[in-house]
Amino acid sequence: MTVTDDRPTPPAETPRPRPNPVLALLRNSWRQLTSMRTALVLLFLLAIAAIPGSVLPQRGVNPEDVRDYFVAYPDLAPVLDRLGAFDAFGSVWFSAIYLLLFTSLVGCITPRLRDHIRALRSKPPAAPKRLDRLPQHTVFAAPAGGAPAIAAVLRRHRWRVEVRGDEVSAEKGYLKETGNLLFHASLVLVLIGVALGSWYGWSGNRVLVAGADNAFCNTQQQYAETSFGPQVQSADLPRFCLQLDDFEARFLESNGQPEFFNAKVTVDENGGTPRPAEFSVNAPLRLDGANVYLLGHGYAPVVRYTDRFGRSQTSPNPFLITGDIGLTGEGLAAFPDANVDPATGERDPELQVAFSGLYLPTAPQEGPFVRSEFPTERNPLLNLVAYRGNLGLDAGIPGSVYELDQRQVDAGRVKEVGTKLLQLGEVWTLDDGTTLEFLGTEPYIVLSVRHDPGSTLLLVSSGTLLLGLMGSLFGRRRRVFFRVRPADPAGESSTPGSSLVEAGGLPRVDHPGFADEFTRLVAAVSGAGRRVDPDGPAGARVGAE
Amino acid sequence: MSVLSDQLVTFSILAYLVAMVVHAVEYALGNARVRVGPPARELVGAAVAAAGGAGSGPEPTVRAAAAAQQTAAQRTAARARLAGLGAVAVTVVAALLHLGALIARGVAADRMPWGNMYEFVLTVSFIGVASWFVVLWKRPTLRRLGLFLTLVMVLLVATAELLLYTPIVPLVPALNSYWFIIHVATIVFSSGIFLLGVVPAGAYLMRAGYEQGRRSFPYLLAKRLPAAAALERLTFVLHAFSFPIFTFAVIAGAIWAEAAWGRAWGWDPKETWAFISWVVYAGYLHARATPSVKRNVATWLAVLGFLTVMMNLFGVNIFFEGLHSYGGLD
Repeated sequence: MTVTDDRPTPPAETPRPRPNPVLALLRNSWRQLTSMRTALVLLFLLAIAAIPGSVLPQRGVNPEDVRDYFVAYPDLAPVLDRLGAFDAFGSVWFSAIYLLLFTSLVGCITPRLRDHIRALRSKPPAAPKRLDRLPQHTVFAAPAGGAPAIAAVLRRHRWRVEVRGDEVSAEKGYLKETGNLLFHASLVLVLIGVALGSWYGWSGNRVLVAGADNAFCNTQQQYAETSFGPQVQSADLPRFCLQLDDFEARFLESNGQPEFFNAKVTVDENGGTPRPAEFSVNAPLRLDGANVYLLGHGYAPVVRYTDRFGRSQTSPNPFLITGDIGLTGEGLAAFPDANVDPATGERDPELQVAFSGLYLPTAPQEGPFVRSEFPTERNPLLNLVAYRGNLGLDAGIPGSVYELDQRQVDAGRVKEVGTKLLQLGEVWTLDDGTTLEFLGTEPYIVLSVRHDPGSTLLLVSSGTLLLGLMGSLFGRRRRVFFRVRPADPAGESSTPGSSLVEAGGLPRVDHPGFADEFTRLVAAVSGAGRRVDPDGPAGARVGAE
Repeated sequence: MSVLSDQLVTFSILAYLVAMVVHAVEYALGNARVRVGPPARELVGAAVAAAGGAGSGPEPTVRAAAAAQQTAAQRTAARARLAGLGAVAVTVVAALLHLGALIARGVAADRMPWGNMYEFVLTVSFIGVASWFVVLWKRPTLRRLGLFLTLVMVLLVATAELLLYTPIVPLVPALNSYWFIIHVATIVFSSGIFLLGVVPAGAYLMRAGYEQGRRSFPYLLAKRLPAAAALERLTFVLHAFSFPIFTFAVIAGAIWAEAAWGRAWGWDPKETWAFISWVVYAGYLHARATPSVKRNVATWLAVLGFLTVMMNLFGVNIFFEGLHSYGGLD
């Protein structure tokens, strides 16, 4: 990715008598890969390759949407899946493009880094013979002190200066190439940071219901879903336990839009003394080796089921919010251990009980009771269906704890035994005399616990990337030359006998402000020395710009 | 305050429309013949300052031949100039109304007016027009671009009012962070400059074709535009200025996303399209710095970059569902 076009041309290689065709092919391919044209094509491809990832649902972003897509397009989805379209940014084709691009980048900046270091160590080149051929040129009366005095002024203006006899060469604006190299090197570091995060990072999501009984400790089994980098073992997880004490949420009266969230927790890190902590959206809980993020919240209705033997079980059941503004929740309260005969201790799987349905924090005054009107609990209502039968929880097949196993229902192993709208404190007596009581609710929060060891590198390299970018865009490399020579013998000069200085300036990149800078610099160098005009147009040019 | 803001938006659309018409009058009066003489020198001087020696005046023979037409032409030119200055004045009025609408909206909502797509488009377009005044102040010869700029303004602000209007509501907790100001302000600012940048980019593409002798439809419009080289340079300056700000905005967004959602980068549709824009603009800057790539091709990349910004602004809010769903549209 050669950006500057004024790279010193390497000395012509002496042609070897018989070039190895394989080596030649490799060398040509490498040159092709590291050429600017290829880099541009790869950049363009990268932009195009990113589009499918935004159009199609992505597993890493929203796995439910991917499942829905499979249902909606049963023929197309498997084909797309084989192409990696649901994990577009980790797919072979996307990786291939950015890896090629980064190879091209490294192959380009490495020789440029070498050249730049060489340029930084070398002195500004000798002045060309004809300074009047340079884009900027002028002649003025020499200041007292000659070339060393000029050099001193230039040094004060932060130019790199080299004096050769009566000639002064100066160069400035190395920052452009330095910045450019820093920018590209930072890009490589960003990629390394991302790679570190995906290899050594891990994350887990779960629901945490308020109360001491519902606390959890950081092990892989405690998460509903986890994502572990290939280099992470479950033993690597930092040790801490978390208990939700209280959750506060405020909403706008007018439309129920959330305004404020705050979770109060008790943290027990590394077996130390438990300490209170708070966190919120935008302000995660930062623990040693893990961060805890608040992703969502809802209500967990607490219900008590009393079976036919008179034994009661109480459980808070987080009802997952369905996505409306009123925080309508959908969930399941399952009692697989209900109706165990206390005399024999035998469990009849046919007598397992579950209640499935909706929780409405603020139920409307009239039906249908399917959608809550407000996110706080103004008129709490459970809209439940009771099921009895084998819930399928014993089969060892992993199932959701939030919904009834539909296969059991379809197979007739679970039967619907009634529906009911249950208000707070209300008791529902089922056909077999067992009862369900709606005791209240506990708030729950949805947590994401994450660790990304690459984040510091990402942050630092983003900073250097930005610095480099600005240096590269706003730095301008330019050279000026001054040559002190005796006054024109023809006697055109108004100050005969004194010597003159011929100055030339060469911007090495597109730099419209260079003429002004050159004029100012010449004025500074000539100091009190009066400008003369021995050769009309060239001198006048400075004034005209 | 909310009602005042809405009325000011309507008035500013009308004012932009008037400015556009007055710019069109200037355009219609503009006469190519008067461009020999001092104005031409001014133009070329601004365009290729580095080349030096430009604008050394017309040939004496040309001057003699044109002398007869000079008086009439100059009168028309004076009228065109008056119209142009008038158009700029009306644009200033429109921009002030626009700013007033934003302030009123901010006061009514008691926060920065960037909370939803409607407010976002209003702010981006205001940044665009404000930056246009800076450009105009530095390079008065580019005034005729105002025709295209006011056209873009009318389209954007009217789209915002007609299609995206959202009543004022406070911010959702996810937006309630100081990063909201940092991230959104820089995104708005850089998008505004990109928006302004596409005006000279489009004008350059037409003008370059015109200068190459093409006289078919879109190129002919560029007959009275400033010189292609000046337009191209302005395009580059605007993008080179905006790109680091955009880069910073994306980085700030990533830092915020780490705090809010637990990951710096998650390929949310908005993030993906910001990535696409970044890559395309990076491609533009590289292409422009490469002598073997034609300036036309590079400038097309800038236009493409702007299309991706627009896609991110409108398309992603409307078509995709993601974490950045603050559009306020149902």
